[in-house]
Amino acid sequence: MSAVEQQAETRGGNRRALAVASGIGRFLVIAATTYLGLLAVTFFIGRVIPIDPVLAVLGDRAPASVVERTRREMGLDLPLIQQFWLYLKAALNGDFGTSVLTTHPVMDDIRRVFPATIELATVGTLIGTVLGVPLGVLAAVKRGSFIDQLVRVVGLIGYSVPIFWLGLLALVLFYARLNWVAFPGRLDIVYQYTFTPITGFYLIDSAWQGQWDVFWDAFRHIILPASLLGYFSLAYISRMTRSFMLNELTQEYIVAARAKGLSERRIIWGHALRNAAVPMVTVIALSYAGLLEGSVLTETVFSWPGIGLYITDSLQNADMNAVLGGTIVIGSVFIGINLLSDLLYKLLDPRTKVR
Amino acid sequence: MKMEQFAFKSRVWLAGAALAAALAASPAFAVTPADTLVEGFAIDDIISMDPAEAFELSTAEVTGNTYDLLVRLDLNDTSKVKGDLAESWTVSDDGLTYTFKLKPGLKFASGNPITAADVAYSFERAVKLDLSPAFIIDQFGINGDNVTEKAKAIDDTTFQFTVDKSYAPSFVLNCLSSTVGSVVDSKLVKEHAKAVTPSDDHKWDNDFGNAWLKTGYAGSGPFKLREWRANEAVVMERNDNYWGDKPKLARVIYRHMKESSAQRLALQNGDIDVARNLEPNDLNAIAGDSNLTTTSAPKGTVWYISLNQKNETLAKPEVRQAFKYLIDYDALGSTLLKGIGEIHQTFLPKGDLGELDENPYKLDVAKAKELLEKAGLKDGFKVTMDVRVGQPTTGMAESIQQTAAQAGVKIEIIPGDGKQTLTKYRARNHDIYIGQWGQDYFDPNSNAQTFASNPDNSDDGKVATLAWRNAWDIPDLTKQTEAALLEKDSAKRADMYKELQQKVLDTSPFAIIYQQIEVAGISSKLQGFKLGPSFDTNFVSEVSKE
Repeated sequence: MSAVEQQAETRGGNRRALAVASGIGRFLVIAATTYLGLLAVTFFIGRVIPIDPVLAVLGDRAPASVVERTRREMGLDLPLIQQFWLYLKAALNGDFGTSVLTTHPVMDDIRRVFPATIELATVGTLIGTVLGVPLGVLAAVKRGSFIDQLVRVVGLIGYSVPIFWLGLLALVLFYARLNWVAFPGRLDIVYQYTFTPITGFYLIDSAWQGQWDVFWDAFRHIILPASLLGYFSLAYISRMTRSFMLNELTQEYIVAARAKGLSERRIIWGHALRNAAVPMVTVIALSYAGLLEGSVLTETVFSWPGIGLYITDSLQNADMNAVLGGTIVIGSVFIGINLLSDLLYKLLDPRTKVR
Repeated sequence: MKMEQFAFKSRVWLAGAALAAALAASPAFAVTPADTLVEGFAIDDIISMDPAEAFELSTAEVTGNTYDLLVRLDLNDTSKVKGDLAESWTVSDDGLTYTFKLKPGLKFASGNPITAADVAYSFERAVKLDLSPAFIIDQFGINGDNVTEKAKAIDDTTFQFTVDKSYAPSFVLNCLSSTVGSVVDSKLVKEHAKAVTPSDDHKWDNDFGNAWLKTGYAGSGPFKLREWRANEAVVMERNDNYWGDKPKLARVIYRHMKESSAQRLALQNGDIDVARNLEPNDLNAIAGDSNLTTTSAPKGTVWYISLNQKNETLAKPEVRQAFKYLIDYDALGSTLLKGIGEIHQTFLPKGDLGELDENPYKLDVAKAKELLEKAGLKDGFKVTMDVRVGQPTTGMAESIQQTAAQAGVKIEIIPGDGKQTLTKYRARNHDIYIGQWGQDYFDPNSNAQTFASNPDNSDDGKVATLAWRNAWDIPDLTKQTEAALLEKDSAKRADMYKELQQKVLDTSPFAIIYQQIEVAGISSKLQGFKLGPSFDTNFVSEVSKE
């Protein structure tokens, strides 16, 4: 990339524009093939799983004649390739079909469930980052100390304890025993009639409308599942921060800074962390993208109507339109987040800055 | 109302307070609104709210509370029906024509009057749409071409229903009491009907409002449907135009919750008033809680294992018999099924006309070995069992695996997702299947037909009864089942079903294990909460709060 740009710069503006265009073009080609591959794989896997999609539409008790007719209506009697082609054609026109489980257009469903997951993942990642990065830095600086051991244990538990179990345990303690947080879902039933979401992000919507009681209620609902997700991303982020920091702290520029007589605090937070921040962005972005996929188990335990639950339910019911739609959205999120972390890289690392 | 305002204000105040302080302050015990019933309920089986299409258990409950029928199951004696919208009815001497007289002055929730024309339209659309539950009406010789003749309005309050054979009146009336007979507001539905191009599959020029009614509402029941949000909630509100006693509460909310333990926690904390999907251990915990009570009712669902008769070993009569002795009914009943099922070995659930309360089989390994030896299988054999993952199915399968091993029968369990095992079962590719069967409508014929009749045992047989799925070829029993339909004397009809059940009990490849009991954990603040004998009779209009 940088070589192309350097060349372009020496040969004048026209070439530079060309290079940018070819960059964009390359990105589009990659994105298009990624999507096509994603769709093809999901589509064919969806068709070979030994579940009859008609069952999802009709249930077990439909008479044979209705089953046959529905199979024809759903186009399931056509050859696989032709089914895929028909799906692709409709998808290119923006029609992702209708979910058989909810009877709504798939994209309407996703517009409804995705904000729930984004909100949860964002709060979770915030918690994980705000706590995880300083913990990781401390663990690296005070290597072998109590805090280092603590980070190690926290990380180990985060990796090995099933989230399902931890979630239930947290519910028993914080919800049932202590009554600190609210459950289930995103809001208390009382607010079902006083609150109309706009964007689907309840925290933002309620604050914007000045409904602080709703905000508080939404907060009480999100805080436990978000903390749980935050804990798991904290486990990952703190471990990674620790190893990046250890790597930076052995570099020569740290020795130089020390020789210059800079304060230890400035060396760690101002110099070492700043350099470690570059790879950290990728780590955090990937962990965020992971949460955006929807944490199925967390969503199940907390009755959180997010995209993870939606796709899993759809897959179990062979509701292929919903699964494919969900896959496209999640694929886009991954591509988008990768792009975003590339951009952030350029902001943080002067060597990759676009001139 | 005051209480709510107070709660409202205190929440505003709380929101302002510093986070840490507020968390430490530990807010008061959660309460659901005083005029609203909140139930935690797994409602992910709902696919449509249109009574002509819906055939799912959760939907049946909503339809039962939001729509009216001509006649309804009499909860005091479930072998009979009583008038709902119909004030009275007569059956012609030849047994073919049923004439219903509607109650005067009835109104839909929309305010439109309920007339016999609405009843006729409801039948017309159910038959012409021809969706899952349509066969309940079709079986009376009715189809899209003749329905307007067979189900018609004579005048504003008189509706006539004509059947093709002189059936037992109890059979006809029981079928009309199922949710597919729900009366819809024809004016409202027609306004929302969408034009479609006629095809071989759908010969009519409109969709009879089906697309709209999937999430819409056009009924007259004690409650009206306010909204259904898939996998989130179903909200019902009091219908002020209801002809009978008005519901005591203004609103009922079914909140989607899948997990038994999560439902229990929410119930104990007061966030829901009723928990509907409890497993035995959570049920026990709730029974021991002084603020909560439990309630239960047997439902028309039986659990069974079945042996595919395409498998030559399983097709031997002795082997079929032996399996019935290889299930530890008592142990299952006292552990895994405690509180959620009762041992029941005949195919008609309790409460049906002609129920036979006989459980002759017990675990008897010696007897089973003897039978297997007679079949020339002294050393046992190997066989597979398709099991959907989840309790109580998995636990039952493991128990049977263990007891069968004692007689040398090695069962390999193939775990699968529900839809996956079902797909295999419906294609007759299994050895042994374990699962449940819920009756389609509240009449003995529903289960008799599926367990004891199989008109065409060929692979492309059109009537896919459970007997067909297990390739059990039974021409004699099939005839008997058909004959029971035409017996007008209810007592004699009941006897015929008893005989059928006895034969199935003795010879069939089905080992029926238990009848499901539906349970619910309820807050002791609730009054009048009762579960009905079927899924469409879990009425909530009598419920009130202290």
